[in-house]
Formats: sequence, structure tokens, C-alpha cells
Amino acid sequence: MLENLPILSLLIWLPIAGAGLIIFGPGQKQKQVTQWIALLTALVTFLLSLYALQHFDTSEYYVQFVEDEAWIESLNIRYSLGVDGISLPLISLTSLMTLIVIISSWNNVKLRVSHYLSAFLVMCGLMNGVFAATDAILFYVLWEAMLVPMFLIIGIWGGPNRIYATLKFFIYTFFGSVFLLIALIYLGLEAESFNLFKMHSLVIDADTQLLLFFAFLIAFAIKVPMFPVHTWLPDAHVQAPTGGSVILAAIMLKMGTYGFLRFMLPIVPDASLEMANVMIVLSLIAVAYIGFVALAQSDMKKLIAYSSIAHMGFVTLGLFISFALVAENQNDAAVMGIQGALIQMISHGFISGALFLCIGVLYDRMHSREISSYGGVINRMPLFAFFFMIFAMANAGLPGTSGFVGEFMVILSSFEVSFWIAAVGGLTLILAAAYTLWMYKRVMFGDVANEKVALLEDLKTREIIVFIILAATVFVFGLWPAPLLDIMAPSVQHLIDCNLVSKLTPEGMCS
Amino acid sequence: MIDTVNFSSITSEIFILAALCCIMIVDLFQRDKERYLTFLLTQLVFIVLFIIGAQQLGEASVSSFSGHWKLDQFSLILKLAIYSITFISLFYARAFIRERNLMRGEYYLLTLFSVLGMMIMVSAGSLLIVYLGLELLSLSLYALVALQRDSNQASEAAVKYFVMGGLASGFLLYGISLVYGVTGSIMIDQVAEYVSQNNANLMIQFGLVFIVVGIGFKFGAAPFHMWLPDIYHGSPSSITAYISSVPKIAAFGMMYRLLENSFGDAAQYWTGMITILAVMSIVLGNIVAVIQTNLKRMLSYSAIAHIGYFLLGISVGTEEAFSVSMFYIIVYALMTLAGFGIIIFMSSGDKDYQQISDLRGMGRYHPWYALMFTLVMVSMAGIPPFIGFWPKLEIFRLLINDGQVLLAVVAIAFSVVGLVYYLKVVKEMFFEESETSPPVSNSRTLKIALSINCLLLIVFGLMPDSIYQYCQSAFASLS
Repeated sequence: MLENLPILSLLIWLPIAGAGLIIFGPGQKQKQVTQWIALLTALVTFLLSLYALQHFDTSEYYVQFVEDEAWIESLNIRYSLGVDGISLPLISLTSLMTLIVIISSWNNVKLRVSHYLSAFLVMCGLMNGVFAATDAILFYVLWEAMLVPMFLIIGIWGGPNRIYATLKFFIYTFFGSVFLLIALIYLGLEAESFNLFKMHSLVIDADTQLLLFFAFLIAFAIKVPMFPVHTWLPDAHVQAPTGGSVILAAIMLKMGTYGFLRFMLPIVPDASLEMANVMIVLSLIAVAYIGFVALAQSDMKKLIAYSSIAHMGFVTLGLFISFALVAENQNDAAVMGIQGALIQMISHGFISGALFLCIGVLYDRMHSREISSYGGVINRMPLFAFFFMIFAMANAGLPGTSGFVGEFMVILSSFEVSFWIAAVGGLTLILAAAYTLWMYKRVMFGDVANEKVALLEDLKTREIIVFIILAATVFVFGLWPAPLLDIMAPSVQHLIDCNLVSKLTPEGMCS
Repeated sequence: MIDTVNFSSITSEIFILAALCCIMIVDLFQRDKERYLTFLLTQLVFIVLFIIGAQQLGEASVSSFSGHWKLDQFSLILKLAIYSITFISLFYARAFIRERNLMRGEYYLLTLFSVLGMMIMVSAGSLLIVYLGLELLSLSLYALVALQRDSNQASEAAVKYFVMGGLASGFLLYGISLVYGVTGSIMIDQVAEYVSQNNANLMIQFGLVFIVVGIGFKFGAAPFHMWLPDIYHGSPSSITAYISSVPKIAAFGMMYRLLENSFGDAAQYWTGMITILAVMSIVLGNIVAVIQTNLKRMLSYSAIAHIGYFLLGISVGTEEAFSVSMFYIIVYALMTLAGFGIIIFMSSGDKDYQQISDLRGMGRYHPWYALMFTLVMVSMAGIPPFIGFWPKLEIFRLLINDGQVLLAVVAIAFSVVGLVYYLKVVKEMFFEESETSPPVSNSRTLKIALSINCLLLIVFGLMPDSIYQYCQSAFASLS
């Protein structure tokens, strides 16, 4: 019975339908009902994504669970979905994090609960859609539509400076994506179709590639965010409610690097190769310089926000180092670099989400994000201290946690290119340990700083469930990343073999 | 193409004129202060007109009255759009005028007259008929704006509108007279024939300048935009909603008849002028709208910006370009109607609340309408999947296909500026705290009409083809 299920459509529309049910159904008054509907919807969505993972054929590179319907015929835009080894893990990540956000906000959100939950469910559906879309315009539509619920989430439920932060977030990212639109229209006209894979096999001359490269770069680099255009992120993160920060860090940042993988690398490989050095330098700046910036923060959320930028620097490093490797015919190392980047994307999703939840736990009790107003929390919250330690260590890249795997793979493959790149990259492991553990020390250890801390209560069951799920995933992927690598391997191999070859002439392209 | 008098080609026009006279007499004998019967009859006229139009759709084009009259797919589809949007706008108007001592039969009659004028404009086969329709439309609109005669603001707006509109008509007529002087004919087909055979000589180009200026005035494209914010601001809100939406569709029809039908072969002479108007409108409209605090004025400047995007499509100068711009203008009419619908909705009692800050607290006290208005704003800003995105996408595709990537980049960069002021409205509704509920109308008709209007933006946004394919089928070369 399940074979013919349009599983990707369900992953998109089920959460959106759940959101509609919440808004039009029980309304504001029956808080419990809305929460259970939201939880159930998120749970079913997550189970569906697990079902997709289980039935995914890991021996093939091409997209699976394909759906293809005519949508807007006069514009030649199709409703076409499909997932490969790159996008499917991200869809599962999205569904899981939405579930976690809904559980963790159970008692914490007081203002307009039904709207809050429906906004997250809509986000979940749209984000799943972004990862599943194989039509460029469908991708763009979902990519933009996603901004609206996030805009409202930060603006309505955010901190004191939320209006500034949310406007900055929206306008910044919208500015980036309009150039994406131009690039997509151009490619659509050239390929006479908006199908992504037709765009992958286009022959484009060097100058055009460079222009397209910059259009893609503006759009995706803002989303990642890469070094010079990262300033919206700390604002958005600090002002967003806990759930908003979790989704922002765990999923939305991944869309930028996903965009690199889906559009930039395969469509304009020659321009990417030409600019690879610049990108590597920018990634290293993000890794090292932002690491130092993180060290200087006094606000916990800001610290984690900067740490996210630094960790995403690893992802972009892994992606662009592969060009240098392909040029030297070291395809295996290139595969490792890209896989490392992908693992880093998934793992950072869990870890940064978990860290924001940890800060949320503290914030709910103390209403402060300043490191200086804490101290000695471990005396009052030993269980919390245990989980926080796991995630802090994972953020620092401790072997055995998922944070280590991706970074290690990226450093290893960059070592094949240059010792110095690997050395600067390795530096971040120290820096990450420094800023994360120093924050941990100041917040958790020492004497009880003030009487408010003395009144803290330890984790509730609901919070423990959330942290156990996250801690388990962090360890599973840290100790046994093989299943994840298996899913990714054929798609990444195909990307390296067929898509990163020169697109200046039709020669050498896989059919 | 028989050169004869063919009354079946003007069925709709005969019907509306007859109905108008009947309603005028019926209205005289009404004692009902609410003018309910007049309203019902008027709406019935639109339903019947729609049915007549829908049945004629798909029939072969007819050219009658010695070529002065054209009934083709193009005019029929535009007429259907005009009927539907006027139909919705009258629901808005009813709630508004009831509280303002404007509840007079003339309101409906003038609307019907202006619709007749628009029908004539889009079906015109000669320059003279275009002008005739335009004047019938304009005069009805001047009178509509002046309907609230106790209001200084409305009277001022009416006089401005009249003077500026007269000036614009003068330019247009002068341009037409120059063209007539050169070609010796006012028939669109014969002008086109002359242009294709003799190319456009200096005199034709000279006439074209005046025609484009006249059209620019009518649309309120920069630099001929000065009258527009004042008049939109000064008119009673329900009339603003009407004059900012429906007549634009008819003006597009006029533009097609004048520029493409008559001077299609001289496109290189007018596309440049249109491009300049377009870019100026986009830049000026978007930037000035950012600093507005009055919602009506903000929407007026946003109207200028939208006209800029619309003209940008036309500046490409092909039939395909006209089909895209037709899509744009119909979508725009639907959006702007909803936009001014917000202001009508905010008018409680006989007081007007037009400041953006009056919307404060909407998200808290009336979340459903706050959501609806958010749909309007993001749709106008061109965020997918709302309907406002698709015509913009098509305009950019057109420009890139034509090799004008730089123009597309400029236009799209200014749509980011546009986002700023649209988000400002959303910000006021959702993010700013307010202790008191914002003023809202309690008319049920208005609430339903507004909700339908706003929901259409997302429904059509998911199925843009349902409008766009008609726009394409309006042009013989595309279908």
C-alpha cells in the first residue's frame, strides 16, 4: 500500500495541512488540542521521512521517489520532486528538528501558541520542499516562501530588538535571492526547461559562468552565511525565540550550502574552479576569524551564532577544496571532502540546535542570556550539566561525537591540497574548544553566582526526552557514520565524476 | 471581416446602456435610503455582462462599423477582467458609502458609465473611438471623485484630476491629430498599413511622443506621476480602490490598440520612451514609498512602482510582451483593490484611519484580517507563491530573453527596496504592541468580499495559469 504513496508531497503538504487545521480548527482557546495536533503532525512527518530513508536505494545516485506533474504549463514550470543521497538526510533532519522544536516549546510559549506552532509546521513543509524540489522555479518559490513564516516567528515571539533583527534578516536574504532568480531564469531559458538536471548538462561559456557564479554566490553565501555577509545571523539568532534559533541554525543555514551543492558546483564548475581559492580563503577567514569573534562574546546565543558561522566555514571549505582536488585528479579525496562537508551539515544541525535548546532551558528559568549572570549552575542542575557537556564537547569536535567526523574528513582532504589550509582549518578545533568550553566553565562551574541561580530547577521530563534524542544522534553519527555515508556516497561520487567536469565544451560530460 | 454594421458585436454595450437607463429611472422612484435595489440591479448587470462575454469567448474576431469596432479575444478577456474586478469593488464601496452620506444612486450609475467607457476603449478599432471611450471613462471618474462634495479634500482631488486628466487627453488628442495628418486616416488598421509601408517618418515619431506622454499621464508613470498620489489620497477610499484598479486594465487595452496595433512596425521608436518611463517609475515609486506614513499615499507610490514594472514588460515591444504586461496589470488590479480594501476596512463610522500606524495591534485583535493583509503585502512585494510574483517573474524572463539583463537586475534590485515598505505594514500589524484594538468595519459583506479578494491572491498564486493562459490566448500570434 505504501509503495505508491507520494511520499515527498506528503512530507511537504502534511505539515502545512496540519498548520491549517490548527489555525482554522480549535483556535486559541484550546491550547492542549492544538499542541497535540502539532505534535502528531510533526511525528507523522518525521516517521514518513524515516520511511523514505529506509526505502531509499543506496546503490544509485539518481533521484528517487520522483514525482512530476505539470504545474504552470504556459511557463513550463513543473511540480517535480525527487531526492538523492544529498537531500534525503537533510529532509530527515528538518523533520526531526521540527518535532524537537514542538516538544521543547510545550510549556514555554505563552503568546498565541496556535500561531506559533502552525508557523513552525509551515516552515517544516516548505523546507522539506526546498530540499526535494527538482524544478528550479519550484525551488525558488519554496525558498522565498520560507522567509515569511520565519519573519513572523522572529518578529512576534522574539526578544526586545526583534523588529530590527527580523527586518534585517528578511531584507538581507531577499536581496540575495533576487539574483538567484535572475540566474535561474537565464538558465531556464538556455536549457528550455527549469529542470535542475537539464541545467546540470548545459554548456556555458566562461564569462557567463562567472556572472552566474556571482549571482549564486550572493544568494547562497548570505544564507550560509559566509564571512563578509554574515552580519544578519547574530542579530537574528539573538532575537529569535528558542525554536526560531534552532530551526535557523539547524536547517536554514544548510540551505545555503545545499544551494552550493545543487546549483553552483554542478552548473558553473569552471567559474567555481577559477574562484575556488577565493572561496577557500573566505571559508578559512570564517573558520579562524569568526572563531576569535566568538571567543569575545558575552552573550551565550551570540556566541553560538558565531560558532555556527565558523562551523559552516568548514562546510564551504569542504565543498570548494574538492575543486582543487578534482583538478589534481584526486577524486577520492574530493569525494571525502564533500562527504565531510555533508556530514558536517547534518551534525551541525543537531549540535547547534541542541546548544540553542540548552540556552533556551537556561533562558526560560533566568530570562538572561548573559554569561556573567550565571555561574555554578551545575550545583543546581546536574542533569542539565551532563547534557550541556555532551553538546559542548560535540561542538568542540571531540572524537566520538558527530562533530568530529565531518571536520576530520574535511581537514584530511584539505591536507591533500595544502598543508597550510589544513593547518588553519585545524586551528578552529582548538578555537572551538576554547570558546565553547570557556563558556561552559563560566556558566556551569564555580560558586553559585547569585540567588537566582540558587533557585534553579533541573530538567523536566519533556526536556530530558528532547536532549536524549539529540545526544543519541550525536553519538550514533559520531561512532558509526557509515549508514549516512552509504546514503550519500553514490550521489557525491556522481557529482564528482560527472558534474564537476568542465562545462565549457560538451566533451567529458556524462549523458 | 465584413465591412458592415453588425449589432451582435456590440450586444454587451447595448445591454449595459439600456440597463443603465432603466436603473437610472428605477433609482428615481426608490424611497429606500440604502438604495438596495439599485445596488442589486447593478451587480446583476455585471453578472449578465460576464455571461454574455464568456459566451462570446472563443468565437472568431469580428470587425464591424466600417472597422471602428473590434470584438476579438483581446477585448473580451479584458472586458471579463473589468467586470469581475468592478463587481468586487462595488461590494467594498457599499459598506463605505453607507457611512459617509454617499449612498446615492449616482455612485452606481457613474460606475456603470465608466465601465461602458472602458468597454469602448478596449474594443476600439479607430483612434477616434479610443478617445471617445477614454473621455467617457474619465468624465465618469471625475464625477465619482467629486461625489463627496462636502469634503474639501475630495473636491480638491476632483479638480486636480480633471485638470490633469484634461491635459493628458489634450496631449493624446494632439498626438492622434498629428498621426491623422500624416496618414490621412484614423482607422487603426490603415495607420498600421501606412507605417509598415512608409516606415515611421519624423512626423509620425513626433505624434508618437505625444501619444506616449498622454498614456504616461493616464497611467501615472514617472515623470508624469505628480497628480496620482494627491488624487488617490484625496478621493474617498472606495473610489480610490476603483480608480486605481479597473481603469488601469482599460488603459492597457488602449495602449495596446494605440502602440502595438497602430505602430507595431515602428516599435523601435516607442520602446525606448517606454523604457525610460518604466525605469523612472520603478526608481521613484519605490524610493518615495519608503518614507510614507500614510497608507493611502504609500499604496499610491507603490502603484507608480508597479506601473513601472508593467511598462518594463511593454518596453520589449512584442506581442508576447503585451501578454505578460496584461497578466501583470490584471494581477495588479486585483492586488491593489485588496490593498485599498484594507483602508476601507479600517474606516469605522465616518472617520478615516489611513496612517500605517493605525494598523497597530491588528495581529493581536483581528488575527485573520492581519493575515489577509499580510497576504496582500507580500503579494505586492512579489514574494512567491503569491500571485504578485508570477507576472514579475515573467517580466524578468522577458527582459533576460531580450538580452537586457542589466535592466532586469536594476528592476529586481528595486523590488528589494519595495520589500521595505510592504514589510513596514506587516511590522505594524504584528510586531508593534497596542493596547487598543484598531478600528475595523463591521460590515459582513465587506469582510467576506475582502477575505475572498485576499484569498484569491494565494489561490491564483498556486495556479497562475488560470489567469495567464487567458492573457496568452488574447493574442493571436501566441495561441
